[in-house]
Amino acid sequence: MVKLKDLIQKEPIMEGGHRMCLGCGAPIIVNLILRASDAPVVLANATGCLEVASTIFPYTAWRSPWIHSAFENAAATASGIETMYRALRKRGKINKKINFVAFGGDGGTYDIGFQSLSGALERGHRFLYVCYDNGAYMNTGVQRSSATPFGASTTTSPAGVVIQGKLQKRKDLTKIVVAHNIPYVAQASPHNWLDLAKKAEKAFSVDGPSFLNVVSPCPPGWKSEAKDTIGLSKIAVDTCFWPLYEVENGKYTINYKPKEKLPIEAWLKPQGRFRHLFKPENAELLKQIQQDIDKEWESLQKLSGL
Amino acid sequence: MRQINPDVCAAYPITPSTQVMEQFSEYVADGLVDTELIATESEHSAMSACIGAAAAGGRVMTATSSQGLALMWEMLYIAAGMRFPITLACVNRALSAPINIHGDHSDSMGARDSGWIQIYAENAQEAYDNQIQAVRIAEHMDVRLPVMSCMDGFITSHAIDSLELLDDKTVRDFVGEYKAINPLLDVEHPVTYGALDLQDYFMEHKRAQAEAMKNSRKIVIDIAKEYKKISGRGYEYFEEYYMDDAEIAIVILSSAAGTVKTVVEAMRAKGEKVGLLRPRIFRPFPYNELSDALSNVKAVAVMDRADSTGAEGGPLYMEFKSALYNRKKQPLMINKIFGLGGRDLMLPDIEMVYRELRDIKNSGKIRALSEYITVRGEEAAYGKA
Repeated sequence: MVKLKDLIQKEPIMEGGHRMCLGCGAPIIVNLILRASDAPVVLANATGCLEVASTIFPYTAWRSPWIHSAFENAAATASGIETMYRALRKRGKINKKINFVAFGGDGGTYDIGFQSLSGALERGHRFLYVCYDNGAYMNTGVQRSSATPFGASTTTSPAGVVIQGKLQKRKDLTKIVVAHNIPYVAQASPHNWLDLAKKAEKAFSVDGPSFLNVVSPCPPGWKSEAKDTIGLSKIAVDTCFWPLYEVENGKYTINYKPKEKLPIEAWLKPQGRFRHLFKPENAELLKQIQQDIDKEWESLQKLSGL
Repeated sequence: MRQINPDVCAAYPITPSTQVMEQFSEYVADGLVDTELIATESEHSAMSACIGAAAAGGRVMTATSSQGLALMWEMLYIAAGMRFPITLACVNRALSAPINIHGDHSDSMGARDSGWIQIYAENAQEAYDNQIQAVRIAEHMDVRLPVMSCMDGFITSHAIDSLELLDDKTVRDFVGEYKAINPLLDVEHPVTYGALDLQDYFMEHKRAQAEAMKNSRKIVIDIAKEYKKISGRGYEYFEEYYMDDAEIAIVILSSAAGTVKTVVEAMRAKGEKVGLLRPRIFRPFPYNELSDALSNVKAVAVMDRADSTGAEGGPLYMEFKSALYNRKKQPLMINKIFGLGGRDLMLPDIEMVYRELRDIKNSGKIRALSEYITVRGEEAAYGKA
């Protein structure tokens, strides 16, 4: 099992000095997951903040083999790498165990890369797909994605005079991935490093596809303070906006149950993208958000047999 | 492909290239090859998986047609820009709309600027020969670019044609072992592929890619010479048919050249100095050699099985026109768009083009620079030629 003592002794695979924003959740998530790998890793990255800010030629932040080819195809690219690994192993040209990881933001995973992800999961490649979900197209300037929460103001779903931010609910990608019947699926958060590292360790141990959906605060997009990143990920979990759970071979387990579920306002309030929801005339919207969260939390508890 | 026995193939079904992968899947199922097959959920993912597999460090092949190639478009440029020696069998088919499953060159011609080497085959034998050579061209250390080996949908891909196969060992020895450069799977030597490349380096990388394409001019001929040693079949940039003393000539790609040859022979028997030039290597475009080959011709019809709407004519025509622009001796040149969506090109149609060329040669006058032939609605103009 992963121990903090061992994790911190490992060199970070994503080296410092990159150009990710102050307070970005992604590098924290990436390094924690990769530290939990029991074998060398080969990485595929979708176009997005993580790719752009980690590799401006001739510099690279990556200490492991890494490839980016396009936006919508990190899973397909990883499937090609993993297949070549099997081909060369069969021919006796390679022996050691290697773990394969694909990274994508929510745009590259929920939206444009959705088909490629689904295809790769169905084909059963042994790889871990990690979605760092910051809830919008942050790299291109905060446009709404299908992961953007209801009510959030983005540059393509701005809160205006007659429309109060995004009118649609977010897609529940984690459950859609579960429907692929792959060995391991989990939701995690960077504030709970032990839970995240354990999940990565489990993901690496399965012989097939695995998927981690990790909430990733984005100060410029969430209009939040950089210092609040870890705090906001914790509140996302404590409000049950982002429950920590895992699905092992179809079996649901909730990994953390808040002793006292916080009201969703606790998570919305520190984020400028939800500011308009606190106008008195939008009280109904806030109520609706809370109701949806309660319903989903209840349904998740049922799925996990509670 | 069976004889080449690549490490990985990734593909998605599409008519008429489907049969390539179907047949190959049987070889995999029967253990005749030890290739790992990826049956992807789209052509975009097929080319993405090819790119991942090639970066991982092995030999990769795929096949597609038409909409499939169009869906791969984004990844075609990336495969070339990342210098992966992937080979693709392109079974040429019209692009929608309207939807049509038959052969024309609108798919691969649209991809002509994608950075892939393109070879066009006249018949099944050449398609086979080109595919084997494609591997060596792509993987040559002075090139390292992907190669598209094109053949006409249905006409070449599905018609029964006699074919002389080399034995497996000869082919495997010819293609040799794959040499990986900076493979991702070499975890002791980590490399970064696909870094963001801004104003200060992008042009150098594109120029290096352009240089590799230039280098391939020599390599395609070197490989063809080597291939002749094992097969007895020689290939050049293009095929010349009765061009030595030809006064008028047709330039045409792929299977339609076979039909033109029949007309050339019939007209030659009547003493008419007609010839045929069939380009084989379209990218890199061998502009000097092709211009030389046309230097003594008085009138030329470049026949395109694809259009570039809004341009002066089809893509092949425009290449020839620009290749000849700086030449002192230039033939008069016209363009015919034919065979779209699999429309037949018959012997009398070709004869008609030669007759028009004869008139152009004699009168020095061109009636129409570019026009569609064998098409409804243009009977009047075409009939008068």
